[in-house]
Amino acid sequence: MQRHFHDELEALKQTLLAMGGLVEDQIRRVMRALIERDDALAQEVIERDQQVNAYDVEVDETCVSLLALHQPAAGDLRFITTAMKIVTDLERMGDQAVNIAQRVLELNREPQLKPYIDLPRMAESAQRMVKESLDAFVARDTELARRVCAEDAEVDALKEQIFRELLTFMMEDARTIPRAIRLILISRFLERLADHATNIAEMVIYLVDAKMVRHTLA
Amino acid sequence: MAGTVSVAGGLQAPTAHASIMESPMVEIDKVNLWYGLKQALKDVTMSMSKHRITAYIGPSGCGKSTLLRCLNRMNDLVDGVKMTGTIRIGGTDIYDVAQDVTELRKRVGMVFQKSNPFPKSIFENVAYGPRILGVSSRSDLEGIVERSLRSAALWDEVHDRLQESALGMSGGQQQRLCIARAIAVEPDVLLMDEPCSALDPIATAKIEELMLELKNSYTIVIVTHNMQQAARVSDYTGFMLLGELVEFGVTRDLFTNPRETKTEDYITGRFG
Repeated sequence: MQRHFHDELEALKQTLLAMGGLVEDQIRRVMRALIERDDALAQEVIERDQQVNAYDVEVDETCVSLLALHQPAAGDLRFITTAMKIVTDLERMGDQAVNIAQRVLELNREPQLKPYIDLPRMAESAQRMVKESLDAFVARDTELARRVCAEDAEVDALKEQIFRELLTFMMEDARTIPRAIRLILISRFLERLADHATNIAEMVIYLVDAKMVRHTLA
Repeated sequence: MAGTVSVAGGLQAPTAHASIMESPMVEIDKVNLWYGLKQALKDVTMSMSKHRITAYIGPSGCGKSTLLRCLNRMNDLVDGVKMTGTIRIGGTDIYDVAQDVTELRKRVGMVFQKSNPFPKSIFENVAYGPRILGVSSRSDLEGIVERSLRSAALWDEVHDRLQESALGMSGGQQQRLCIARAIAVEPDVLLMDEPCSALDPIATAKIEELMLELKNSYTIVIVTHNMQQAARVSDYTGFMLLGELVEFGVTRDLFTNPRETKTEDYITGRFG
């Protein structure tokens, strides 16, 4: 009963981490698919999203069961409600990886527009933020969570930079427009990825300190 | 997803609809019961699975304790009781004329809301039943007493004072002693009528944890007015109202998505 409940909470945490690991891996793979212009890899990312979705459903059902059967209080209650929110952000991140994969498939129909420098940098930041937000969750580290939120500014700045650069391409040569737009879209998806990571970080602060900092830190 | 949750370490309640029973230990078929003119049970039909915990919840007077007492024929002791229908335990009709009631009550043990240790030593409390059944060797009795007290999670606390009076123990300990006493005669089924109502939260938690251990060896039926307890420990839950079994199902399903409006009203506290 109490012992079993805490076992179940631990198992829930492990499931969330597994889901996070899967999402991080999806981001890594889709960026490799972009840089190496690899259709098969992009397709794989799209298909693997089913696993992310399956985790989403599983975690939600588990949380509802735990709330119904154990009426948790205090930290346990915050943990379960946080888990329900984190899983939503992770699932959306999975969707963003799929969105990127779809643009990659489209981009591969044309020659590469330019060397990719800023997009990989954005992706690296986003990936790091995802990893750190989950590390913060596991370690209940609010300092790390706050740092994740601070990193979001850098990602936003890169997005702006990419937009300005691609804008000049498009203005100089209309034939670049389809590719440029797709690259801009990819930068948007990466920026959304980073936003989801900050959401997770904000939830970690709520979990640990019971402070609602959502929408105030990043 | 059809309601299977495979979180390691818990939540492995079966997904089958309640009518597809795992191996049934107790089968109740169209039971009606009257105390004089007042009908206390109306057409109750259901089964309880072996090595599972089945809980009954419902407001006062709904018939849950009456139903429990049918299972070891305690209602036989009440004047003016009339019952129709069949109850089988382990395949045997317990109301058959050939059934020895004392033998039944060995097979189907009971623990009550107010613990009732005998005014004897701890050892004698647990040895009483086996002694009556013919166990006389001191070493056999000691073995049984130790096994029973260990199974009831009481041995560590009392092993060095078995000769002391049972009445000197705390409420929680006395209740565990009553459980030890019941399991000393190796029952198949353990009936528990509000076993924790008189206990503080920590003693309650110990008994609940004990129940989860005991279900590996026994079939447990618990009546409780504490819905949260039913939610925490049971595999199956039955909701009773005014003598009727309104709903019966897998505990997780009943507490997340009950089929009947009356059940939902009761468990969400909108009832009465």
